Amino acid sequence: MTVESTVTRGPRKRAAAKKTPGGQPDLVQLLTPEGKRVRPTKALAEYAAFVEDITPEELRGLYRDMVLTRRFDAEATSLQRQGELGLWASLLGQEAAQIGSGRATRPDDYVFPTYREHGVAWTRGVDPTLLLGMFRGVNNGGWDPTTNNFHLYTIVIGSQTLHATGYAMGIAKDGADSAVIAYFGDGASSQGDVAESFTFSAVYNAPVVFFCQNNQWAISEPTEKQTRVPLYQRARGYGFPGVRVDGNDVLACLAVTRWALERARRGEGPTLVEAFTYRMGAHTTSDDPTRYRHDDERAAWEAKDPIIRLRAYLEAQSHADEAFFAELEAESEALGKRVREVVRAMPDPEHLAIFDNVYADGHALVDEERAQFAAYQASFADGEDK
Amino acid sequence: MAVKKLPIAKAINESLRRALDTDPKVLVMGEDVGKLGGVFRVTDGLQKDFGEERVIDTPLAESGIVGTAIGLALRGYRPVVEIQFDGFVFPAYDQIVTQLAKMHARALGKIKLPVVIRIPYGGGIGAVEHHSESPEALFAHVAGLKVVSPSNSSDAYWMLQQAIQSDDPVIFFEPKRRYWDKSEVDPESIPGPLHKASVVRTGTDLTLVAYGPMVKVCLEAAAAAEEEGRSLEVVDLRSISPIDFDTVQTSVEKTRRLVVVHEAPVFLGSGAELAARITERSFYHLEAPVLRVGGYHAPYPPARLEEEYLPGLDRVLDAVDRSLAY
Repeated sequence: MTVESTVTRGPRKRAAAKKTPGGQPDLVQLLTPEGKRVRPTKALAEYAAFVEDITPEELRGLYRDMVLTRRFDAEATSLQRQGELGLWASLLGQEAAQIGSGRATRPDDYVFPTYREHGVAWTRGVDPTLLLGMFRGVNNGGWDPTTNNFHLYTIVIGSQTLHATGYAMGIAKDGADSAVIAYFGDGASSQGDVAESFTFSAVYNAPVVFFCQNNQWAISEPTEKQTRVPLYQRARGYGFPGVRVDGNDVLACLAVTRWALERARRGEGPTLVEAFTYRMGAHTTSDDPTRYRHDDERAAWEAKDPIIRLRAYLEAQSHADEAFFAELEAESEALGKRVREVVRAMPDPEHLAIFDNVYADGHALVDEERAQFAAYQASFADGEDK
Repeated sequence: MAVKKLPIAKAINESLRRALDTDPKVLVMGEDVGKLGGVFRVTDGLQKDFGEERVIDTPLAESGIVGTAIGLALRGYRPVVEIQFDGFVFPAYDQIVTQLAKMHARALGKIKLPVVIRIPYGGGIGAVEHHSESPEALFAHVAGLKVVSPSNSSDAYWMLQQAIQSDDPVIFFEPKRRYWDKSEVDPESIPGPLHKASVVRTGTDLTLVAYGPMVKVCLEAAAAAEEEGRSLEVVDLRSISPIDFDTVQTSVEKTRRLVVVHEAPVFLGSGAELAARITERSFYHLEAPVLRVGGYHAPYPPARLEEEYLPGLDRVLDAVDRSLAY
């Protein structure tokens, strides 16, 4: 199969207005790539209602979130190139999917990310520099998930969808009205754990939203190597709704996720949201997308850029003036500077940290090895001084 | 409740009942644990008394069972999951090893994962493939997990209470061929520490170390050896991670000989760890190399061959002879 054929075949070949047999629109879009509001059709109205009252200030807020997240991401990519980070997984191009869905959550909701949800973390109020510890190699997680109800990044693909489901089962048991959102990608949709999480959440009617960012590529494997049907349609086989949303449309992502979270809160169980988007950069800084995809594919997606489209809308509606954009630019620079400084100042962990928190209640072997290691290290201390 | 003579399966049932009763956050979950009461009836009657919200029949998906238990633990619950048979734990192995074991450390100690995974393990019941394995070393090798195995009803009762109360994930291996063996349980007694080994028979000539299903075999071997004038000490390890090397060391420095017995393959098994550590700790006390008796480096055999594969009285006594011949 040539590279060219992979970019034209499969789920990405779609007609915008086509309806699925279930009467749902094939793609929920509220803001066109040109930055024009889509007049809600009957099929879209149910989702559009969730952003009907959105204020100019809120729209500016979404724009700010996306710009700052992109700036943070770009800074982290640069820091990796400068040798300050061992690896970075860029979210470039996925800002709308993450900001829209993240801003739909409430503080008492719980978020289970993969390792690319920097934008979602931003919406949860997680200090972005905390996300960098793992990539710098000073820890394997690095934050208290309960502070912002934002779980640790999960690297084994799809594992977190089960944690999300279990957590949601717990919410249902508690009789609480919060909900859970689990992030994963198109590649993860092939994993057994994701299928099992669909089964469990459906069987127990768990209040969980599965938010799949279909960014078209699982490292070098295109979506059509993962599925023969559009991903959102998988949900029907498990007995819950699936919706495909334009993942580069922050308004649509916000609306659809609010709708899905609301369903969960009402006790109507899980939803699968497929945010149809694009990873503009490499899978991680170790990846080389030039080996498996064409530049024109990226160019086509750049025309759908989530930030440019919202800016066009804000300007056309006179919702934001030059001062706003200038101020945001300054804020963006300040964020970049802070991230740089924090990363460079991040100390290596104490050597004995190897043994920290392996167990909550302690373990004789860990204690023994810690003591041995400490003694071994101490044996060098004198020698080094001389 | 007074002292009772109970089969191990029933002791576990009583222990789960007590845990469910004491702490509303305790959940029991697994395939067939509800209406059926488990394929070994270990959870018999629990769903009837505690309801479907506490005793949860799950879909047939082991990774899903453990993965959702992790999520429930993050929400503040204390799930006790049942894996139906030893060989069926592997679909959940990823969740156990990459997620359950590491999450506490990854969160810098800010979250706890009080999940107990009960696994009926070992052979001797004439079962088909994947129903008779002893994978304890695979779990003990993973930092972040604790691994224990009771050999009698009192330990089954109390060690399970302690495992459920632990804030760490505990893999609880139940010796399925001993499920119907009866011994005394005192629900009022104060148990010793979960990870402490126990000297279950004192002797002076050689130490046998075993856990779970092999403790009984070792006690029988010690009784048989006594008739030949040999005094064997038997240590029930109880905990495989961590291992209580101190108790084993004390015993070995008295008897000067050690034979480790387990059903699992000898190669890279818990016996290898005991041999290495005790050699390191007690080299000058040993009169013979530490010997191991266990399974072979072969898949667990079909039922008609399992008596050849499993360590029995004769293989244990043969190792005792070899040790004493040094």
